[in-house]
Amino acid sequence: MRLVPLLFAAMLVCAGPVYGQDLADVSLSDPRQEAEALALMDSIRCVVCQGQPISGSNADLAGDMRRLIRERIAAGDKPEAVRAMLVGKYGDWVTFRPQVKPATLPLWLVPLLALLAGGWLVSRRIGRRRS
Amino acid sequence: MIAEAGLAALWLAATMALLQLVLGALVLSRGQTSLGRAVAPVAVIQAALVSIAFACLVAVFVRSDMSVLLVAANSHSAKPMIYKIAGTWGNHEGSMLLWVTILGLAGATIALFERTLRADTKLATLSAQAAIALGFYAFLLFASNPFTRISGVIEGAGLNPLLQDPGLAFHPPTLYAGYVGMSAAFSFAVGALITRDVGPTFARAMRPWILGAWILLTIGITAGSYWAYYTLGWGGWWFWDPVENASLMPWLAATALLHSVTVLATRDGLRTWTIMLAVLAFSMSMVGTFLVRSGILTSVHSFAVDPQRGLFILGLLTVYITGAMALFAIRAGTIAEGNRFELVSREAALVINNLILTVVLVVVLAGTLYPLILESINGDKISVGAPYFNSVAGPLAVVLMLLLAAGPLMRWRSDRPRALIDRMAPALFAGATMLLLLAAFGGTIGYLPLVGLVAAAVVGVASIAPLWKRDLKRAPLFTWGMVLAHFGCAVSIAGMASDAAFTKENMVSVAVNETREVGPFAVTLLGVRERPGPNYQILEAVLSISKSATGAPFQMTPQLHAFTQPQMTTNQAAIKTFWNGQLYLTLGENSDGDKFLLRMWWKPFVTFIWLGGALIALGGALSLLGRVRRDIWKKQAAPAIGPVEAPA
Amino acid sequence: MNRKLVLWLPFALMAALLIAFLAGLSNSPEKVIVSQMVGQPLPEFAAGPAITGQAGAATADFRDGKPRLLNVFASWCVPCVAEIPMLMELKANGAEVVGVAVHDNSTDLGRFLAENGNPYSRIGLDQGGRAQIALGSAGVPETFVVDGTGKIIYQHIGVVTEADKAKLLAMLGVTK
Repeated sequence: MRLVPLLFAAMLVCAGPVYGQDLADVSLSDPRQEAEALALMDSIRCVVCQGQPISGSNADLAGDMRRLIRERIAAGDKPEAVRAMLVGKYGDWVTFRPQVKPATLPLWLVPLLALLAGGWLVSRRIGRRRS
Repeated sequence: MIAEAGLAALWLAATMALLQLVLGALVLSRGQTSLGRAVAPVAVIQAALVSIAFACLVAVFVRSDMSVLLVAANSHSAKPMIYKIAGTWGNHEGSMLLWVTILGLAGATIALFERTLRADTKLATLSAQAAIALGFYAFLLFASNPFTRISGVIEGAGLNPLLQDPGLAFHPPTLYAGYVGMSAAFSFAVGALITRDVGPTFARAMRPWILGAWILLTIGITAGSYWAYYTLGWGGWWFWDPVENASLMPWLAATALLHSVTVLATRDGLRTWTIMLAVLAFSMSMVGTFLVRSGILTSVHSFAVDPQRGLFILGLLTVYITGAMALFAIRAGTIAEGNRFELVSREAALVINNLILTVVLVVVLAGTLYPLILESINGDKISVGAPYFNSVAGPLAVVLMLLLAAGPLMRWRSDRPRALIDRMAPALFAGATMLLLLAAFGGTIGYLPLVGLVAAAVVGVASIAPLWKRDLKRAPLFTWGMVLAHFGCAVSIAGMASDAAFTKENMVSVAVNETREVGPFAVTLLGVRERPGPNYQILEAVLSISKSATGAPFQMTPQLHAFTQPQMTTNQAAIKTFWNGQLYLTLGENSDGDKFLLRMWWKPFVTFIWLGGALIALGGALSLLGRVRRDIWKKQAAPAIGPVEAPA
Repeated sequence: MNRKLVLWLPFALMAALLIAFLAGLSNSPEKVIVSQMVGQPLPEFAAGPAITGQAGAATADFRDGKPRLLNVFASWCVPCVAEIPMLMELKANGAEVVGVAVHDNSTDLGRFLAENGNPYSRIGLDQGGRAQIALGSAGVPETFVVDGTGKIIYQHIGVVTEADKAKLLAMLGVTK
């Protein structure tokens, strides 16, 4: 009986990456929580491979972030709170959903302006028919 | 010797392009028409020479001639033949040579086959084509010579394993041919601006090029999306990645152009706007090439990163685009305004469609470039990805869908709103039915997927309405084309919305003989085995799958491929297609003792995304065939003037 | 509005775009993700012992008033090998270096330290990247300077070289 904890301890030290298979790569059992976690993972940028969201990256650190997100969501945290935590660590760069603030306003204002300007141009062409 | 011959052919081709430009300019400025007859043959010779240069590059790749730097850096003698050939354009220099080769062939085609255009406009078009080609020749010869020799290399470095895929071997050529087609449309626009010849004849001459380019871009984007879907191994099919956006932007502009050129050809309206769009579509192709080739943006797909070359392409971009925009600003004022129209009319629907497409283009452009701009202003690093694009472009796409449903059912010039609603009734009924079905059986789905599915139902029915009560045998081919392309949009949107709304995902850790479920399937791991592949090692999971209801089990084998040159592991998803969706299984990289990771997705109707894309391209092809056939037929009969199309 | 002016609008917009591109080319292509924890108290983490005979690392170890370096590294990381001699030199100058090994295991670490030397006073084996994420570290090697009050005052990304030596020692207050 005393052998079991000893073996377990030996495994912990020697078995290589013991974090290999857990919430980093395995779904939460509650489908609603898993859906929340997935939506968040889809919008967090991998800091190692940079082009991809952590939900589609093979980098170790992306896996660590997936694990952290699933753990937090399972513990009842709101996805936005977890996003805010990660932004607090890595800055705005880590979220694919830009925060709305003065510096990012052009992202919404430029298309709006294009729509208004285009609408104005179109309206000038409509209505008065030349015979 | 082959490499030297290729380089010589490239120099000669560049000389021919210069000659073509100088001759054209002389004729246009001095009116020496006798010289004008030489321009077309020069264009053909240029195409022949650049094709020879490209053939030489293919030859050194096929022979694995490691004394050529490009081959040594991108190929490997142990590679399968198809990838040796594809390796020719799987790199920066080769892809640029392919670009200019297609450009030369396009110029030769205009020179040989274009007969409807006024002679001086055709000449101006060929000169513009030569000017574009000249820039790329300079780029190749001075900044990215594909034929540079190197000594002492025995074996090559290999091609990125992710790119060793049959689909991807033909993906870049398709996109490039599309970009080049846009450059032909651009040359037509510049030619018409120079000779002030903007009208229906010009529009009809330009239209096949736009259609052709648009078909190729559609195929390229659709194939690229499917490639990302099955190679990256995470079930995603669109990432709003800069490289993807770079291919989407020209497509959006080309789609707008395609519709506005129809108004110009049929109703002689939207003259300046069509010219503007032609310039914009080519600009976006160039911007796309620049974004991909300069490595200015971080991307999943970034292959070639070289700021020096980025600077060169930026220089070309600046010369062409600002030149064309300045020419536009100076000349467009002298183009008479086209015919006007009322708010409820097919023209108005097409114009508003153009407006929305352009705003979507602005959204994609802003989202792709704003992080770059912000960083250079104050150093702030932000990321703009799927949540932004989906939430901003998504609603615009829905408006676009509704216009797409109504537009083809409207009459030219003016229509009665009541009559339109009558014609739309079956489509609106289909939409309402879909809404009720989703409310009853759909479960909880997001707002955007819901609206998308309803819009798809409306468009799906409305798109085939132009064929109702018509003799199907006598309906012109381009009407069939339009119907098919619009129906394809509905199918594609349905696929996207369905994937977003109904996908079931399960990521599991399993031991042999354990069973896990995803959607309606039960997946059992039978075993994991290792075996050698052609130039990689395969780790393969054997899975037995049974559908809960029917029970008959079948096997699927997701794989990991471990490459040694260069060292890299890629994921080979196992995908099984059913009529109502795809089962998508991948094997994770971290195996832990006897536990293996499986990522499993059941994606209802996800295939509709690419099926729709294929239908859109097919519709475009039918349309192109119909237009070309009618033009040929018309030329043989009598030179007709006036509206080509009867009102629907 | 004047039609002429409208026609020049695309020109102006494109010119603006091209200027943005030019500016973008001068941005570094390799994005360095800087930790937002600089200037903040060292976050809570506890990484157990990485090798037998040497203590692990935890936030509590940084609360005794002595400034320290916190080096995030890994045995599989090639640049980390190049960094070890400089860390040894810093240690020789009186700096205390606490190591946090990420995505690693005891066997590989033991070999790594035997081959390259061990400049660390403590080495924590970071399980599941928890310490790394808590620190806002995006890669290896990264070196944080933690002052006597347990606050992170500086982050060095990449290999520590001769050029960084004086600055790091000054921040630790162990100038020689």
